[in-house]
Amino acid sequence: MTHVLLIEDDPAVRRGVTLGLRRRGHETEAVGTGEDGLESLAACPPDIVLLDLMLPGMSGLEVCRRIRETSQVPIVILSARSDDVDVVVGLEAGADDYIVKPAGDEVIEARIRAVMRRLAPSQPTTEAGNECTTYADLEIDRSALRVRKHGTDLTLAPSELKLLLFLSAWPDRTFSRQQLLEQVWEQSYYGDARLVDACVMRLRAKTEDDPRHPRYIQTVRGFGYRFGPL
Amino acid sequence: MKRRLLPGGLGTRMVVAFVLVSSLSALTTAALTFYQARTAILQRAQDDAVRELRAQLDSLAPDLPARPAEADLRTLVLQLDRAGGARDWRTAAGYRDGRLVSARSPAPDLPVHLTDTAASATTALVQRFHHGGQPRLAVALPVALPAAPADRPTRPSGLVVYATFSLAGQQRDITSLVAAARAGALPVVLASIVPALLAARRVLRPVRRLRSAAETMATGDLDTRVEVTGHDELAGLGRTFNTMAATLQADAATLRSMEAKARRFAADVSHELRTPLAAMTAVTGVLDDDAASGDLGPDASEALTLVADETRKLAHMVEDLMEISRFDAGAARLDLDEIDVGELLRKTLALRHWQDQVDVDVPEGLRARLDPRRVDVVLANLTGNALRHGGPQARTQVPAQVQAQAQAQVRVRARCSQAGSLVITVRDSGPGIADAVLPHVFDRFTKGDTARARSAGSGLGLAIAAENARLHGGTLTAANAPEGGAVFTLTLPRDPV
Repeated sequence: MTHVLLIEDDPAVRRGVTLGLRRRGHETEAVGTGEDGLESLAACPPDIVLLDLMLPGMSGLEVCRRIRETSQVPIVILSARSDDVDVVVGLEAGADDYIVKPAGDEVIEARIRAVMRRLAPSQPTTEAGNECTTYADLEIDRSALRVRKHGTDLTLAPSELKLLLFLSAWPDRTFSRQQLLEQVWEQSYYGDARLVDACVMRLRAKTEDDPRHPRYIQTVRGFGYRFGPL
Repeated sequence: MKRRLLPGGLGTRMVVAFVLVSSLSALTTAALTFYQARTAILQRAQDDAVRELRAQLDSLAPDLPARPAEADLRTLVLQLDRAGGARDWRTAAGYRDGRLVSARSPAPDLPVHLTDTAASATTALVQRFHHGGQPRLAVALPVALPAAPADRPTRPSGLVVYATFSLAGQQRDITSLVAAARAGALPVVLASIVPALLAARRVLRPVRRLRSAAETMATGDLDTRVEVTGHDELAGLGRTFNTMAATLQADAATLRSMEAKARRFAADVSHELRTPLAAMTAVTGVLDDDAASGDLGPDASEALTLVADETRKLAHMVEDLMEISRFDAGAARLDLDEIDVGELLRKTLALRHWQDQVDVDVPEGLRARLDPRRVDVVLANLTGNALRHGGPQARTQVPAQVQAQAQAQVRVRARCSQAGSLVITVRDSGPGIADAVLPHVFDRFTKGDTARARSAGSGLGLAIAAENARLHGGTLTAANAPEGGAVFTLTLPRDPV
């Protein structure tokens, strides 16, 4: 059972989504404003946050930023605005995925499951001693799901961690954005490639010394992204 | 100004007419003047000659006997010739029907007509004639006998004196007159071209301004106005033009604002529909589950299924409307990525479980820079339509054994054209598109088969597909193959800017 926090201002949508998710066995707490959502998040940390972008008072983007300041809980944006700018800004603010309204309960649940799934689904089977790997200044512990840089823990959002684990599992190999969407986000080949771009951007900001000249996650023009070579 | 005087243009015609009128008037003036002057010169010459001849005769005739003999006549003409002086005339005299006597031989040539009529004449006769290429004047003066009583009319004596002299001097005067007329008229005609050009320019300037204004307006710039000065007909035309432009502009603005309002309305409506739809679609799964559980009565189950299905359809339609609104508002943007076309096509089919129903023909390693999501939308729409109207599923009415043999009849083929663009054709073996529908196949809410229209699609699928192709800088066209079936051709630049 997953504990979902739904922040959505429209009562009908709140009721519909709550009903749909409860039927699928998820415990859902629904609030109408960003302020209530942040309060509820502090009081009882959920497993995942479903966040509407258009909220009265504090905007959804602001809520997203506030959550990311303190928590690495998975965030899925639930937006009636599929306008490009909003989605990109939402992803850059730290959201892991987004769903455009209207969406059926099966779609919402599928996205929640994908984000919540055990990390790095297709990582190669590794021996116990081999689970902690060091790449230059970066230390990735696959079993503890922890990433350190210069010995300090990095706080990575779930999608960032999944992407880093996936890419670093095959150093020097290039993946297209479509492949990454399928593997990391479990989206179709035609998912929004901007999910990948926004996530790479956030990941670089946390891992690289100079995000404009990345060492770890490199861009291969015309093809996609690659971990290394260092 | 690129247009000066065009042959056959209004300006040329005006200049030509102007020059014609001015040369006509110059010529008329010159001709009249010439004619008058010529007449005056000749008249004076002959009047002088007659007067002088008569004066000489008046002094000489009384000396003649009543019946002058040839010798008397000779003496007379000698004296007359001598008295001619500067005029240098040659004289002759004849009495009755006797022959003409002159001072020197040969006798001066006289026009026969003159000698014939002179015999019976009572007054002086003059005639101009040409002799030896020279214009000459002949004067015939019948000598009258002095009347015994002064108050009785004179009577002819039968003696006629002739004098003939050259008019070369007068001819020279007349020739110089012609030369003067010509020298005067030609420059006048030439000079008239200048005011003609000026006038033409003055008249044509507003015409040209009107023309260039009309041209600018024809390109769609409805702000165009012409500057109107004066109160003539052209100024009136200019004012009419401005009124027309203002009316057109107002109409166009009204139309545009109405269209913008209609589009905004469509966008707003779809947007407003999304929130209640979001609530409804979030529970379609619940409805499906309950309908399938068997706990409800058949009517309730059917009602639930109906509501769930139609809700999903409605959501899809609103999504399409939103997409169209984004194209209309110019808010749709490309998210380009370099993609393997074959992989893209296979994924599109696999995602919808169509891979076994469609023949795919794509060369290995064909890559293009495109927006995979948008191309997927186009290909899914085209392939879906092809399967619905011309694929194996469309053949439900054919007998089972034929159906079993039926191969996948939808073919998707991708090639790189010689021009370097990506060409994807989707072909089916259905009945094709009716000729009446073909031109409107990409229009919104056009459906090829109204009877089956509700079965699939929002009626916006092809319109959205065409917009997506356009967004890539490509085209989407529909046609019927000669061997039957519809062919949709998607042409995309391999590297849109």
